[in-house]
Amino acid sequence: MTNHSLGYQILHRFMKHRLAVVAVAMLIVMVLLALGAGLTPYSPTEQDPAHPFQSPSTTHWFGTDELGRDIFTRILYGGRVSLMVGMVSTFIAILLGVLVGALAGYYGGRTDNVLMRFTDTFLTLPTIFVLIILSSFLREQPYPWLKNSVFVVIVIIATLSWMWTARLVRSLFITLREREFVTATRALGGSDGRIIIQHILPNCMGPILVSATLQMAFAIILESGLSYLGFGVQPPTPTWGTILSTAQTHVYRAPWMAVYPGLMIFITVMSINFIGDGLRDAFDPYVVHAEKK
Amino acid sequence: MFNYALRRVLQSIPIIFILSILLFALVRSAPGGPLSTAYRNPNVTKEQIEILKKQLGLDQPLPVQYVRWLGDMLRGEMGDSIKFRRPVSEMIAERIPNTLILVGVSFLVALIIALPVGIISARKPYSLFDYTATSLTFIGQSVPVYWLGLGLILIFYVAIQNPVTGKPLFPAGGMRTIGGENSFSDLAWHLVLPVVALSASWAAWYSRFLRSSLLDIQHEDYIRTARAKGASDRTVYYKHALRNAILPLITLIALDLPSLFAGALFIETIFSWPGMGRLFWDAARGRDYPVLLAVLMIDAVLIIICNILADLFYGVLDPRVKYD
Repeated sequence: MTNHSLGYQILHRFMKHRLAVVAVAMLIVMVLLALGAGLTPYSPTEQDPAHPFQSPSTTHWFGTDELGRDIFTRILYGGRVSLMVGMVSTFIAILLGVLVGALAGYYGGRTDNVLMRFTDTFLTLPTIFVLIILSSFLREQPYPWLKNSVFVVIVIIATLSWMWTARLVRSLFITLREREFVTATRALGGSDGRIIIQHILPNCMGPILVSATLQMAFAIILESGLSYLGFGVQPPTPTWGTILSTAQTHVYRAPWMAVYPGLMIFITVMSINFIGDGLRDAFDPYVVHAEKK
Repeated sequence: MFNYALRRVLQSIPIIFILSILLFALVRSAPGGPLSTAYRNPNVTKEQIEILKKQLGLDQPLPVQYVRWLGDMLRGEMGDSIKFRRPVSEMIAERIPNTLILVGVSFLVALIIALPVGIISARKPYSLFDYTATSLTFIGQSVPVYWLGLGLILIFYVAIQNPVTGKPLFPAGGMRTIGGENSFSDLAWHLVLPVVALSASWAAWYSRFLRSSLLDIQHEDYIRTARAKGASDRTVYYKHALRNAILPLITLIALDLPSLFAGALFIETIFSWPGMGRLFWDAARGRDYPVLLAVLMIDAVLIIICNILADLFYGVLDPRVKYD
């Protein structure tokens, strides 16, 4: 093997995972569709009482809903919100998880004990139930910034899903902190912060990225689920979950309304799962691929 | 073993204690508090609200209220539902068995599917069966449970009819036929769609997880030793590999327990299944605080108990795990 950088090798291994590459393309298409939502001739919220419940046709690709709104347009706008909630809440959750896990794993002892009890307590919370309560209560507090249901949903999903990453990062730190390169840095006078951020953390990137994909799939399903139950993002803001939620009410009359938003969630989540699978293989040099056998 | 179990139970007491404070604070932080419905009602005068407050002990400082509530909970008294004016304990006692039936059957179905699929996939990796199974697990993992439930209703209730009776193939909701006889087959008929929807993603997770841990184990020294001493393929697989591969699966299942209840919440709402999840959903919409708090606490305690059981089970399967 020639002298390629580690990043190149990882990318090379990732590209070999064909499904993961297709999944990246799919996800890019999803993001582009969401960004290009303004290009359709319809408005996501403007109602057209004359044409409710139209089945899919050339003028309305995915049909119209009970208020005559174009479902295709609403799904594209909904994608903006759903994808954003997924990405931002994942980012916050991973950040929190890495922080807690790194401190617990690196310092060990009492810090570890306290932080892990805290993590365990959060793990025993019945997540979805707490999410429902939090989201419905927070919205009614008299602060204007809590009126924005998208913001509330992002925050509560992040605060209730960092624990997995924290556990993972802690276990990685516990093994890595005993390694020679850490001892060497310490002997050279490197500070704790420097050791954690510059020396140990880069070695954890693989597992953290994989857990980020799991986290994002989870967040997207959770957001849609909450909105579907009526406790997430509030109408008229379209998300895949709120569209599905109204679709349920009219499922006998207009079944197509329920098909498309769910399909979007499904395709997005599956793409993210495939990417996670590809990343896992790419970061693990010991994986034996079928082709090589 | 007994000492270990006892210690785990004792260790979980502070966690339950902290949880109870957290959940109590959470529910009490609600806007308007437990009397918000009374405040909104124009027929209720200020004096009546004051009397209600006294009756419910809401005029006391929060810590006093908390201690009182905790004492009540420990004695099994969970207060009365604001909406239904019935003891919460009674309502929950009605609902728990329904949820346990739904979750238990789905869990069993998931295991019955996942174990053979995971084993066959791992024994013949990259075969046609493995590729099919892996694709299906990816689908199962990515399908949102609420969408799957809705889809099943569309297909098996709306679209397909029973050719003999001309009625829908499966019911779209409920637990029993209204006015029908209270039979096991009727219950089973109502269970089909919710169980399929609920078990799909678990079956996918478990089989995929089992496959990868079985594949990992194949390269272990003790497997090579077992093969070298002439053990048959069957013995190697079922006595050595499977037993070790099951261990991480149990951890996964135990850690993932909250998702069992979450899945049940969605399925119960879609299929109008009269369980704890549905009760919670109704209570959250109607701001029925005593019910919310009780369901939260019971679910949290159930999760903790299941975690302890999983740890104990771990020891039964793996003699290397020493409890001391």
